[in-house]
Amino acid sequence: MARWTHEQIQDVVQEVYEYVLQEGLDPLETVFEIVDYETMNELAAYGGFPKRYPHWSFGMEYEYIRQSYRYGLHRIYEMVVNNDPAYAYLLESNTLVDQKMVIAHVFAHSDFFKNNTWFSKTNRKMIDTMANHEATIQTYIERYGPEEVESFLDICLSLEDLIDFHSLFIPRKSRQKPEEVQPRPTPVKLKVPRPYLDPYINPPEFIEAQKQQHEKKRQTPPPFPIAPEKDVLLFLIEHAPLENWQKVILSIIRDESYYFAPQRATKIMNEGWATFWHSRIMTRYLLKDPEVIEYADKHSGVLAAPPHRLNPYKLGYELWKDIEERWNKGRFGPEWEACDDMRVKAQWDRKLGLGLQKIFEVRRFANDLTFIDQFLTEEFCARHKLFVYQYNRETGYYEIKDRDYQKVKQQLLLQLTNFGKPIIYVQDGNYKNRGELYLKHKHEGVDLDIPYAKETLKNIYALWKRPVHLETVIQNRRRVLTYDGGSHLEVQMA
Amino acid sequence: MALQIERDYQRFREIVKGKIRENLRKYMSHGEILVPRGRGVVSIPLPRIEIPHFRFDTRKMGGVGQGEGDIGTPIGVGEVEGGAAAGDQPGEHLLEVELTFEELVQMLAEELELPRIVPKGKEDIYVEKERYTGIARTGPESLRHFKRTYKEALKRQLIAGLYDFENPVVVPIREDRRYRSWKVRLVPIAKAVILYMMDVSGSMGPEQKEIVRLESFWIDLWIRHHYKRTETCYIVHDAAAKEVDRETFFRLREGGGTRISSAYKLGWEIIQERFPPDEWNIYVFQFSDGDNWDGGDTETCIKLLREHYLPNVNLFCYGQVKSAYGSGDFIYHLERHLGRAENLILSRINSKEEIYDSIKAFLGKGK
Repeated sequence: MARWTHEQIQDVVQEVYEYVLQEGLDPLETVFEIVDYETMNELAAYGGFPKRYPHWSFGMEYEYIRQSYRYGLHRIYEMVVNNDPAYAYLLESNTLVDQKMVIAHVFAHSDFFKNNTWFSKTNRKMIDTMANHEATIQTYIERYGPEEVESFLDICLSLEDLIDFHSLFIPRKSRQKPEEVQPRPTPVKLKVPRPYLDPYINPPEFIEAQKQQHEKKRQTPPPFPIAPEKDVLLFLIEHAPLENWQKVILSIIRDESYYFAPQRATKIMNEGWATFWHSRIMTRYLLKDPEVIEYADKHSGVLAAPPHRLNPYKLGYELWKDIEERWNKGRFGPEWEACDDMRVKAQWDRKLGLGLQKIFEVRRFANDLTFIDQFLTEEFCARHKLFVYQYNRETGYYEIKDRDYQKVKQQLLLQLTNFGKPIIYVQDGNYKNRGELYLKHKHEGVDLDIPYAKETLKNIYALWKRPVHLETVIQNRRRVLTYDGGSHLEVQMA
Repeated sequence: MALQIERDYQRFREIVKGKIRENLRKYMSHGEILVPRGRGVVSIPLPRIEIPHFRFDTRKMGGVGQGEGDIGTPIGVGEVEGGAAAGDQPGEHLLEVELTFEELVQMLAEELELPRIVPKGKEDIYVEKERYTGIARTGPESLRHFKRTYKEALKRQLIAGLYDFENPVVVPIREDRRYRSWKVRLVPIAKAVILYMMDVSGSMGPEQKEIVRLESFWIDLWIRHHYKRTETCYIVHDAAAKEVDRETFFRLREGGGTRISSAYKLGWEIIQERFPPDEWNIYVFQFSDGDNWDGGDTETCIKLLREHYLPNVNLFCYGQVKSAYGSGDFIYHLERHLGRAENLILSRINSKEEIYDSIKAFLGKGK
């Protein structure tokens, strides 16, 4: 039985909302629903949406969530969907203290969705859109059969990461192909004051050379795409020989991928932000004396940090607190940086009180990558005992490798760049003038998982229907992996 | 809230079962993969079924963690079963897929193309079965039928004009109480006994016994599926035979010679005494390395088989497990003298990998 009534929850929502506004948060309108744990697990499997297109991978996700719930590894207290209005689900079995904490947490997420720049281009009617996607794919299933659609979805999902997160913010002119036929340019001549000087100022050999150059240029086709294209999905939608329904499905996958991208790009910040605010609102306003111990227990559960897993809630929360403190006390700027007396530093307090202002500013413009890059300090690393771990081939264990601040930061940034996924470009869509697809992996220090790459190439081939190449680096050597529809090839580059 | 996770979940289960079926041969030769969990359920650890992506080599990627420890302190195991499927994080756990015995049997049947067993007709044997179908006015409180009780109370209150529509409260009294009750029905049953015999003389090592243990798991599963009631019986022998429990059966190791006939004799005694062939479907599975005492014992065995076993049992299966010792002659003698008997099945099991084929041979006749 619930230990609270729905009226009580409504009251808490109202109350928290007032504190939230008072503290300067600015959430989307947020609708709360209370659900049992089975519904919560189902919703979680669908990424929070009541309707998604049919695919077995959601069923698998559900099984994972259910099992980890059953083994007590994991419990979902709440979930918020970035939509306008935002939808928040609260778990029925939460205690009243849980609900208070979670409601504050939810409002902070909702604020983050509304105000962080990286979310500014997201579809705020995504719940409807997802339902439309479901309906569309359902009609294709009826028309083309479930196996056909499922195996096509398998292929699309295999490529869903191949988008360009930044492209939403780059205004582009039309993506039309360049004109095939260009007017023949006339050779450039220097201005001649007297006609008789012309053969001297513009020697005929020079004019002839220019003409030849133009002619040669005209005969070699322009590169395709004009510049390397990071939105591989869009490139495939526009140029792969697909049927119309296949293009629609691929576009659906791409849309959803773009929708989820900001959440992946701000996971640490967003979870930290919500934790920071639930902590602040609970301890300042909501907590009654008898609830303190239970709250402390739950809050520390949120921040639990097993050594081998970086808890984004914990890291984000601690960083926000650190920023707030530093800007309150004036622990930034050249003077602070220059100071190397630890005693002075420990006492440092300029009483600037800029903490809240600063975190609101950071909340608007940063994503995880810039957040870590700007605010993860050496002191912070030491205080929270961060380390880099690495797989040790000899022992078969992951082991602590380094506690150096620069290394930790570098590793984190590596993991956060492009959501920790390799960056792949379309380099040439008409490779060797044979309609083959040439992709290039921008290698940044870590090799690709080759068996996975080969399987993925197969899937790209299934769309492109011509040989597909991927240039990458394997153990410091440039290689090209090729799949030609029958077999894989690996060639070392000169 | 109506969600369609059931649809996607069922599809996922189908895919998983396909994976398990693909690997059934592997599961059959590595028993430890199947973990019995509760009644009639096994759980199979399965690496996450993955849609391939471009991703980094996790071994080379490394990561950031937090906490105490010197450089070199291990924080998590790198290998997971199957090797290829190391997850994003060290120590990511595998998906455990639960299958009921029923589903497992289904797969076994499909994969090995096993025909259904048709029990010998024993329609005249009945068993009393209790089913909770009735309602009674008396009974233990634990069986009280709430809905019916309240229905009675409502009826009574309506009839007596006590029901207040403004304040609809129904209070049952003693006479309103209703209880679930059972009826006894006679249900025809088919009974089966599985008789396992194993040579435990010195030449049968742990590896041979492991093969027997795995085979018996699948044999039990299959036969139990077809009968309402199944008994098992375990006989071990070296030069002499004795009946033991299941535990002992797989653990025991004796020295001494081998006299297979001793087990046959004891087995026949047990059948006559406890499992008369006109009431029971009888399955005998004998395992040995085929090295019998050659003082004429094999002849005795053949005689026992021909006169007693083969006319009376559904199946007599002999599995000859390869061992480093012994001639392995026994199977030749059986083949030569009894080879054409319809309910005698002989199988050579040279390694764990051959368990699959051996089971297929044993159970493939639908007896």
